[in-house]
Amino acid sequence: MERCSRGHMQAKKRYLILLSAGACLVLLFYLGGVQLPAASRSRHDRSRNGHRLEQPWPHFSDPLHPFLPWDQTDTEDYNLHISPRQKRDINTSVYKGKRCRMDSCFDFSLCRKNGFKVYVYPQQKGEKISESYQNILSTIEGSRFYTSDPGQACLFVLSLDTLDRDQLSPQYVHNLKTKVQNLPLWNDGRNHLIFNLYSGTWPDYTEDLGFDIGQAMLAKASISTENFRPNFDVSIPLFSKEHPRTGGERGYLKYNSIPPFRKYMLVFKGKRYLTGIGSDTRNALYHVHNAEDVVLLTTCKHGKDWQKHKDARCDKDNAEYDKYDYKEMLHNSTFCLVPRGRRLGSFRFLEALQAACVPVMLSNGWELPFSEIIDWNTAAVIGDERLLLQIPTTVRSIHQDKILSLRQQTQFLWEAYFSSVEKIVLTTLEIIQDRVLEHASRSSLMWNSHPGGLFALPQYSGYLGDFPFYYDTLGIRPYPKFTAVIHAVSPLVSQSQPILKLLAAVAKSQYCAQIIVLWNCDKPLPAKHRWPATSVPVIVIEGENKVMSSRFLPYEIIVTDAVLSLDEDTVLSTTEVDFAFTVWQSFPERIVGYPARSHFWDSNKERWGYTSKWTNDYSMVLTGAAIYHRYYHFLYTNYLPTSLKSMVDQLANCEDILMNFLVSAVTKLPPIKVTQKKQYKETMMGQSSRASRWADPDHFAQRQTCMNKFASWFGAMPLVHSQMRLDPVLFKDQVSILRKKYRDIERL
Amino acid sequence: MYTSGKYSSRGPALIPRMKTKHRIYYITLFSVVLLGLIATGMFQFWPHSIESTADWTLDKRSVHDAPLIRLPVSSPIPERGDLSCRMHTCFDVYRCGYNPKNRIKVYIYPLQRFVDELGVPISSTGLSREYNDLLSAISDSDFYTDDVTRACLFIPSIDVLNQNSLRIRETAQALAMLPRWDKGMNHLLFNMLPGGPPDYNTALDVPRDRALLAGGGFSTWTYRQGYDVSIPVYSPLSADVDLPERQPGPRRYFILSSQTAIHREYRAELERLKEENGEALLLLDKCSNLSQGAASARKRCYKGQVYDYPQILQARWFWEAYFSSMKAIGLTTLQIINDRIYPYAARTYEQWNNPPVVKWSSVNSPLFLPLIPPRAPGFTAVVLTYDRVESLFRVITEISKVPSLAKLLVVWNNQNKSPPEETLWPKISVPLKVVRTKENKLSNRFFPYDEIETEAVLAIDDDIIMLTSDELQFGYEVWREFPDRLVGYPGRLHLWDHEMGKWKYESEWTNEVSMVLTGAAFYHKYFNYLYTYKMPGDIKNWVDAHMNCEDIAMNFLVANITGKAPIKVTPRKKFKCPECTAIDGLSLDQTHMVERSECINKFASVFGTMPLKVVEHRADPVLYKDDFPEKLKSFPNIGSL
Repeated sequence: MERCSRGHMQAKKRYLILLSAGACLVLLFYLGGVQLPAASRSRHDRSRNGHRLEQPWPHFSDPLHPFLPWDQTDTEDYNLHISPRQKRDINTSVYKGKRCRMDSCFDFSLCRKNGFKVYVYPQQKGEKISESYQNILSTIEGSRFYTSDPGQACLFVLSLDTLDRDQLSPQYVHNLKTKVQNLPLWNDGRNHLIFNLYSGTWPDYTEDLGFDIGQAMLAKASISTENFRPNFDVSIPLFSKEHPRTGGERGYLKYNSIPPFRKYMLVFKGKRYLTGIGSDTRNALYHVHNAEDVVLLTTCKHGKDWQKHKDARCDKDNAEYDKYDYKEMLHNSTFCLVPRGRRLGSFRFLEALQAACVPVMLSNGWELPFSEIIDWNTAAVIGDERLLLQIPTTVRSIHQDKILSLRQQTQFLWEAYFSSVEKIVLTTLEIIQDRVLEHASRSSLMWNSHPGGLFALPQYSGYLGDFPFYYDTLGIRPYPKFTAVIHAVSPLVSQSQPILKLLAAVAKSQYCAQIIVLWNCDKPLPAKHRWPATSVPVIVIEGENKVMSSRFLPYEIIVTDAVLSLDEDTVLSTTEVDFAFTVWQSFPERIVGYPARSHFWDSNKERWGYTSKWTNDYSMVLTGAAIYHRYYHFLYTNYLPTSLKSMVDQLANCEDILMNFLVSAVTKLPPIKVTQKKQYKETMMGQSSRASRWADPDHFAQRQTCMNKFASWFGAMPLVHSQMRLDPVLFKDQVSILRKKYRDIERL
Repeated sequence: MYTSGKYSSRGPALIPRMKTKHRIYYITLFSVVLLGLIATGMFQFWPHSIESTADWTLDKRSVHDAPLIRLPVSSPIPERGDLSCRMHTCFDVYRCGYNPKNRIKVYIYPLQRFVDELGVPISSTGLSREYNDLLSAISDSDFYTDDVTRACLFIPSIDVLNQNSLRIRETAQALAMLPRWDKGMNHLLFNMLPGGPPDYNTALDVPRDRALLAGGGFSTWTYRQGYDVSIPVYSPLSADVDLPERQPGPRRYFILSSQTAIHREYRAELERLKEENGEALLLLDKCSNLSQGAASARKRCYKGQVYDYPQILQARWFWEAYFSSMKAIGLTTLQIINDRIYPYAARTYEQWNNPPVVKWSSVNSPLFLPLIPPRAPGFTAVVLTYDRVESLFRVITEISKVPSLAKLLVVWNNQNKSPPEETLWPKISVPLKVVRTKENKLSNRFFPYDEIETEAVLAIDDDIIMLTSDELQFGYEVWREFPDRLVGYPGRLHLWDHEMGKWKYESEWTNEVSMVLTGAAFYHKYFNYLYTYKMPGDIKNWVDAHMNCEDIAMNFLVANITGKAPIKVTPRKKFKCPECTAIDGLSLDQTHMVERSECINKFASVFGTMPLKVVEHRADPVLYKDDFPEKLKSFPNIGSL
């Protein structure tokens, strides 16, 4: 009874609370509703707080006319006067040189036939090429854009080294003007791309390259906004001779410490120039230096005769300069100042980026690297040289959540676009490709979020939800079914063959949308009735050329986000398939599956080793029984170079390793292994049933070779180890087996 | 992200069922309160108007009252406009300076009527309705100041929206006469229809020195990157158009062309396309409607409705947010300039481009970089304790065996009793620190203590002694692979109770997990900071007042901000009811469960959604229960109790 009345009381109370909550809401709505649209009220509030009344724009009582009178609506007669074609022709003839745009200086028709193909001029004997430029050229030649046929090309790249156009530099190439003019395909530089790191020389360092570039595009470091031709040139970062060709070092950020502040707030260490341009800001840095958490150091000690020009501050500055170690400062500072040097860009920029030291830009008028696609506000603080004295206050006002995010973004950008010459060059080419194929270009989100524009290919789909990377950002989930792709290599002779059992087991999965049998067997396709009747459609397709890579082709009939990739002799139960798929839904960008393998560094042989032994960790999940996103089919086929794919096809081996390399290079994470039935593993390990492929003694050695070949193409080892396996929640727990949803997995 | 006011479709109903009598009573009461509020609101609103009647009558002026300014023929003309202008060369940033709010101040010149020496106005329309709307909107916004000395940006009241109605030379002279003109520095002009016959330039022809131009119809050659703002051409006709609410799904027309003045050559091409494509293409010769852009060209129709939906909304949202009125256009322009002056406080791409629907459901984890932190820094164990010293010491001894333990932090939550003397504590090889708290609050366990120097935190109760060192070390290894998640031992589940129509807490042996208890869980120190300073609503106080559910609150918080499920590690053990520690012994299990269910409902309503994600997996060592020599396993001692 008592409890009952209490219940009643509680109910009443609850209603009251509800009511008052409702009332509060209405009140809030009211206040908010009145305040927001008519912000004019805030003025009155201000006046109440003792400030004087602000004079608003008056409310006029007169009937005002529209800015565009009705009879003028058809004013756009311009359109009627000149035809679009004429307009285009006029633009092309008028807007040249400094006023070049894609519309006026680029011939799109060259790209229509063969897509975005890049031709590199053959290198001429006797022409010396710097190592950096050699790296640029070999990157292009090794990329999927390369064509050796100028007739197919959409873009042309010179074999003449244009990187260093400082006349005082030993790398400077003379008579470039005539050499360029004499090129048979030059065509006034139309559809040409010229790379440049240094231009001009002491004392004023202009941006002139010392030869007529005609209508060519520039991919140039330290380019100024005045000279930059928007959406035509590409601003690239200044990189050193030592910058690696491929792979590249990872960012220095190892963990996100909380709070995110480091020992120093803001640091800089660099030269101060006593003559020539580029020192106005550096000369003033000492005003802000406080020798505590803001450490800004300059030295006059560089060049031959610095002492001749030295000023009153030099000795003091030099002494302070020597007290600090640059590396130490770089790694222990929250922000790193990047003031302009002789030229607008400096090495400090990439150094800070890699060190996860948020760059504070002080280089007015520098068109930041890849500004066309990178939103630098998410990874750097863009300061104004004129407001140098405010910089400490500004960086101190940045909230720690923002610092945490800026810092992570420096690392993402460094690894996505800057850590190697290859990335810088490919990013440049992809930017131009996005302009040429505008209808299929990347969105800002694709460029500015993991895994970045080099791995997110817009030709795959115009809809972000089709990729495995943006589900969270879009607030959606992957399609809740999968397509099984069974790779068949042996003829169908008996009804007890593993492939038929597999087919039946997979078809029974509640998540299975369809099964594709990829017929990569030399024997002709079996008759339709030989396949078992299933509740889901079974589609048999013949493999293209019957090669290994065809199992990863982006078949249009794969309409689900998930692909369950299977070998014909894989033994899997329906329960196992169901469980793996539910796990994959939580990790749609990774490979989720059963047979796990590992790699290790063999220090004796100085190379990577491959092992299929039972180990405490793994770094690969083989695609003989694994689920992954169908986007990886597209990426495998379109991103990887022909050299690797044909190696796989020739060996008829290693396709699964290559897929693991690719996915880990994209995600930077290990695959996920799920529980397996004991039986299955033994079959895999015993290798007895895998007559053709696994019994071959060369098979294992080949896989070792593959690993090293792949690692060298990727420029680094992308595979990552994991020590865990995902099991069903109640796996082998001591509760009734009837309680367990995936009980078949532990039943033998 | 968290926002209040959104209710999941599966969520609890707000108004519980009640008896009719009561319902009528409450409805009446509610209506009275509502009416009262409306009255108050009106009242609140009126006095302001009355108070400021003076202003209003003063404001209600006629444009003809504006002072007449006669321009001498010889009055100076500004220079044409410098194509090389950029913010750092032509804009005086000192006028804007450092500003804690990172917001520019915008001044609008008072209206004047300019005429030439003969008394002919410089413009045939004078102040247009649209320009007046634009200036009113800016005046009503937070950007506005009437103090010319505080202003960073100046907007002339000379209407140059339509070049056709202007006398170019005289307009330029009028601009130059503005008291703060100073070569147009920091002045912003709005123009929508530039150029005129015969060459129809793509930018306003009025000479304007360094003034910024918010212009409609720029070409890439006249637009100064990062300096000008390209704005849409507002159609006065669109003011009266009501966009119909559109249902998702295929649209009737694939491509629609509603432009009237098209060159015949171009139109011929369109006609040819029309012939090829038939119905899908609709060519309008005259259309008073606004062209809404082509329907999206997506090919994937199998998932049709789901995929089409946000994009369709997006277009509409863009229109409403940035294009629908002179106010939207004007304030967007100012915000763009504001972002250039305070780039470190600029709006992000997502803030500009994501429609509310996407902002709602989208999650952007604050720990977004895929990063597996190195093992070496280890983790800090934080043990919350009240007075169970004996059990606490056992826990300390057990945890100290875990190889990756870096530091042990005991949070002493008992104000009436001092912690035991230093000599009595177990001797362990890592630093042990005791923090005494001011109040016995559960939230003390989640405070981001400075003593926690690692990013990994192991929260553990003072009675969890059943976890082996292998299990804890393995938990840490799993956390390293998922540093943005809660990685814990006891798993729990939330369920929708269809009978009661609300959420229910479940601690049985289920096949699913949506929470891990923080009686033994690894997580990133960032979440301590979030729990302490960013917990939405009154959840933190609620937890402290009820001395319960801090773990559920933490699970909500992490799932909400990361959009990810926690990871349960290793097989389930018969924990000594870690949830009932405070009550000890008594069979209060039932009450306890009821309270925890209430927590879930309460939190779900505060978060405005149910952020918890259900999964069916847990993490075990790779070789767990495999037929393999135990001594070769990294984590042999796992399981069974």
